[in-house]
Amino acid sequence: MTIAIDVFLMALLVVAAIAVIRLRSLFAAVMLTSVYSLLSACWFTLQDAVDVAFTEAAVGAGISTVLMLGTLSLTQRNEKGGRGGHPILGLAVVLLTGTALVYATFDMPHYGDPAAPIHTHPIYEEYVHASYDKFHIPNIVTSVLASYRGYDTFGEVTVILTAGIAVLLLLSRAREEEGPPS
Amino acid sequence: MSTFVGLYNYWIVIVLMMAGLYTVIAKGNLVKKVIGLNLFQTSVILFYVGMGKVEGGTAPILVHGDGAEEVVYSNPLPHVLMLTAIVVGIATTAVALALVVRLNEAYDSIEEDEILEQDPTT
Repeated sequence: MTIAIDVFLMALLVVAAIAVIRLRSLFAAVMLTSVYSLLSACWFTLQDAVDVAFTEAAVGAGISTVLMLGTLSLTQRNEKGGRGGHPILGLAVVLLTGTALVYATFDMPHYGDPAAPIHTHPIYEEYVHASYDKFHIPNIVTSVLASYRGYDTFGEVTVILTAGIAVLLLLSRAREEEGPPS
Repeated sequence: MSTFVGLYNYWIVIVLMMAGLYTVIAKGNLVKKVIGLNLFQTSVILFYVGMGKVEGGTAPILVHGDGAEEVVYSNPLPHVLMLTAIVVGIATTAVALALVVRLNEAYDSIEEDEILEQDPTT
């Protein structure tokens, strides 16, 4: 049953991605990207990644859509479909890379295989069985995120701060040139 | 058949990733390119989260009480790494969209070919 839902959700994701590529209306494309994010959030829940699922639903389907709609309201709503892109080059690169990647998957451990290297590494034991005695947090993802990899999360916050400063600088410069000097 | 079920997720992830890459190369519209980058990024997240799944596993939130010893948890490490990736991804998307807005102010267009035509240095 889980496999059937998995296959169905993945197929829907492909349909959404192809529709996003083909749509000329940017508004519709942005809304479909939001649907795509929501579908992937459903799939994350199926893979037991509940924390990733609600982050994706909030950030991917929420904030990212709001940012894109804001951009559309400040710029243009439709794609002109001029000769800016390189469809033939794109198709060639995509087919070549895709074939190479599919060839590489035959060496990958199968889906859900408990003997996969990722599950047999000692770090799995440490996180799953030893983290509760050290930090007393039942949610393992939280204890790894905030305790084991706390510096990593700190770096992530720095990235967000940098991005915020960059966005403010880019947009405030545009406003200065438009309006009268103050 | 077991090969198909075992590798199906990887193949779909590759299709989605290539869809994103194709959008970035083949489309001249800058907002479309940003959407393509988003598709690409989400496909990588799907790939990692899919690897963390264990057959018969449950969400990595510890269970106490009877039978707690037999519970199998999916691997929490890819989940943590992908949480970071999602948040960093939205930060880069925000900067890319701000650049698109700025380009539209300067050239009054978000099409790559129209911007290049107006730019005397190319």
